[in-house]
Amino acid sequence: MELAFYLSGLVAVLATVGVITGSNPVHAVVYLIVSLMAVALVFFALGAPFAGALEIIVYAGAIMVLFVFVVMMLNLRPDEPEQAWTHPRYWAGPSLLALVLLVALVTLIGQGEAGGTIEGELLTARAIALTLFGPWLMVVELAAILLLAALVTASHVGRRRSARDTRGGAL
Amino acid sequence: MAVAVTLSFLIPLAGTLVLALSAGRLGPRASAVIGVGSVGLAALATLWAVLAHRGVSEGVTLWSWITVGDFQPTIGLAMDGLSLVMMSVITGVGFLIHLFAAWYMTGEEGITRFYAWMNLFVFSMLLLVLSDNLLLLFLGWEGVGLCSYGLIGYYYHNTANGQAAFKAFVVTRIGDVFLALGLFLIFMEMGTLDIATVLARAPELWEQGGTTANLAALLMLGGALGKSAQVPLHTWLPDAMAGPTPVSALIHAATMVTAGVYLIARLNGLFLLAPDVLLLVGVIGAVSLLLAAFAALAQTDIKRVLAYSTMSQIGYMFVALGVGAFDAAIFHLVTHAFFKALLFLSAGAVIISCHHEQDMRRLGGLWRKLPVAYGGFIVGGASLVALPLVTAGFFSKDEILWQAMAADHSGLLIAGLLGALLTGVYTVRLVLGTFHGEPGSNHVRHPEPGTSLFTHHLPLAVLAILSTFIGAWLYPGLEELFPASPGEAVQAGHTLLQVLAMGAAIAGLVLAAWLFLWQRDWLAAKIRGGVGRRLWSLWHHAWGFDALFDRMLVRPWQLLVKYLRVDLVNLAMNLPALLARALNAGLVRSQNGRVRTYALAMVLGTTVILVALVLAPGGGT
Amino acid sequence: MTGIPVEHGLILAVILFCLGLVGLMLRRNMLFVLMSLEVMLNSAALAFIVGATAWSQPEGQAMFLLVITLAAAEASVGLALMIQLYQRFRTLDLNVINRMRG
Repeated sequence: MELAFYLSGLVAVLATVGVITGSNPVHAVVYLIVSLMAVALVFFALGAPFAGALEIIVYAGAIMVLFVFVVMMLNLRPDEPEQAWTHPRYWAGPSLLALVLLVALVTLIGQGEAGGTIEGELLTARAIALTLFGPWLMVVELAAILLLAALVTASHVGRRRSARDTRGGAL
Repeated sequence: MAVAVTLSFLIPLAGTLVLALSAGRLGPRASAVIGVGSVGLAALATLWAVLAHRGVSEGVTLWSWITVGDFQPTIGLAMDGLSLVMMSVITGVGFLIHLFAAWYMTGEEGITRFYAWMNLFVFSMLLLVLSDNLLLLFLGWEGVGLCSYGLIGYYYHNTANGQAAFKAFVVTRIGDVFLALGLFLIFMEMGTLDIATVLARAPELWEQGGTTANLAALLMLGGALGKSAQVPLHTWLPDAMAGPTPVSALIHAATMVTAGVYLIARLNGLFLLAPDVLLLVGVIGAVSLLLAAFAALAQTDIKRVLAYSTMSQIGYMFVALGVGAFDAAIFHLVTHAFFKALLFLSAGAVIISCHHEQDMRRLGGLWRKLPVAYGGFIVGGASLVALPLVTAGFFSKDEILWQAMAADHSGLLIAGLLGALLTGVYTVRLVLGTFHGEPGSNHVRHPEPGTSLFTHHLPLAVLAILSTFIGAWLYPGLEELFPASPGEAVQAGHTLLQVLAMGAAIAGLVLAAWLFLWQRDWLAAKIRGGVGRRLWSLWHHAWGFDALFDRMLVRPWQLLVKYLRVDLVNLAMNLPALLARALNAGLVRSQNGRVRTYALAMVLGTTVILVALVLAPGGGT
Repeated sequence: MTGIPVEHGLILAVILFCLGLVGLMLRRNMLFVLMSLEVMLNSAALAFIVGATAWSQPEGQAMFLLVITLAAAEASVGLALMIQLYQRFRTLDLNVINRMRG
């Protein structure tokens, strides 16, 4: 299990690096899928198979398909090489900042008293369901409303604009 | 009678409101009917008031205006002989001028605006002469100034006209400031502005010739000088001729410019307390009379000749006031209103007939083609020159000269006689230059005479009749209202004076005839070079007052303003504003619309907080 | 089996989060920015799962479900906006699309 965790963790990190440095949108999307798959494996390794399954179905499946569709629909070509992209002046600041943040967070985690180890015991879908539809029912309803709102928004914003609308419509 | 008087000034106000609020929906014809009709009704109401007048002063308080402690000025009217005479002139002559304007303004742009201003003017002027307190009088005083401004700048498309209006407004404003200061002084001393009370209490409070009395009279005189275009606040009047000719006739000849005369006559008690100031009134009148008469000799624009002539005639009125003959001043005011309105309207007829040509060098030979205007000029000019016995001007001017003689002011008398002579010269020059000689342009060669019986011939004819001795008969005489004039006590020498006055007028005519008919070439040669040329230039520019004021007041002021533009105190005041603007500029730069920058800033903030947490003593736990 | 220390799970989440952050700050292409956001959300979800399994509490996994819901909503709206922007500006460069109107 530990091996699986560290390996898939490494894969996830490398794939994510591929996402943020790539220039071809399709490649980047594939990298992201790989990264999500790797995270799903991490979930399995940690002993949360239900979450891992959801990660693959919803995240790597549904959401990433959406990305792929959009990339296809817009027929995006690989990014033209960004001139300043390679220049240290361009990426040094943000990267340094992120690094500092990383160090700070790791330090904080190290200072913490979490201390335990994960043995990989299973948390069943039943327990989760009991939590969700028991005390968390209201949160589920809110999540449903959020999804509905997102649906309406996406269908309104994403509709193809007629020539008449283009002149002064919102957005 | 109170009703009639109230109506007489409310009707023009109603006319103004209707015209001004119509917002251009009225056609030119409807505007003219309302504009002329309202003044006509006012004239009828005035007639009613005159017929109902029983020779006693009446007052009516319409409503209370302001109440501040003891200070309670009212919208109150005082009716006596003086206000009725002024009302008759304003509404009567005013109506005839409005009627003429209906012909004159045909086809002009903005007729509604014209009549709205004109009606407002009649209203303000009536308010001025009817008011029973000085505050309401001041309101009317400012109202006529405003209307004068609006009408001088009537043709506002031409910048020069706007500047002329501006000049008139500013110069008269100088006088108005004096008047306002005078009101403040009177209120401070007496606690009231009611004219009757002021006149009654002034002799009790102030000693004869005392400082306060002198100061009050002097400030009032300042106001009168500005409004009546007397030296040194006279420079606006010639430029005011930029307005339409009926405006010049009504405002800048017949009524508004005589408001100063009315003011001094109304406040005669105050001026009698300050004999030195009263004498100053006379001296200023005499100086204005002569300066303006000389200036009138050298003008080429017929309206400017008439403007200087107006100034000169008002100088006569001031001379009369100066010697204490208030009745004579008002008498001349009335006859002057008749004949000067006639002259201006005739000039207007000439100007319109010749397609807005008003330069005497190009006018000429019109006497056959424009008989009505010519007749108006002859009758009005005769009255202006004071042709003996047959004209109104003779009686009033003779009265003034006689009073000056009776008061033993030989200087004023000589100035008046000399002025009478000059009047003859410039009047003859005006008539000859306009109606005789050779026409200078095609417009003048083929004029289009006015044919309208009702709006062109009638006003001229009525004014012409009033300019003859009939006009003088109509004047009721107001001796009982005023303190005794010097002429009442003395009788000796009246005949001699009349002969002298007639002689001066006729000598002027003869001199003019000799100069302009027999000695033309000699005169022309004289003007072309040497002293004559310099004199011509000096008189043409009216003794250079404009240039003098420009150099003395306007330019130093402009220079001062130029330096004051960099205001140090203001700079200090602006510092916080500049600081805020600099901060704003900085913040605006951060608000650049780039999402990445915002994310960066957000992350920076988070990192700083986290790092602080890590580094803090005992952090993280 | 010695088990995985909780810290390691959390550190993995933090590394993924920071990578997503770097992508968010560096990339100008809107598509990549959106993907970086997904990475960050995913790392947060990972942290929840780590917590849930560490203490054997189902709430952490329930939270994970909510995070996924949020990610789905965010992705759909973000992609719809992106389509609109692309149709209007013919580019996804955020440096170009920095003017608001109205």
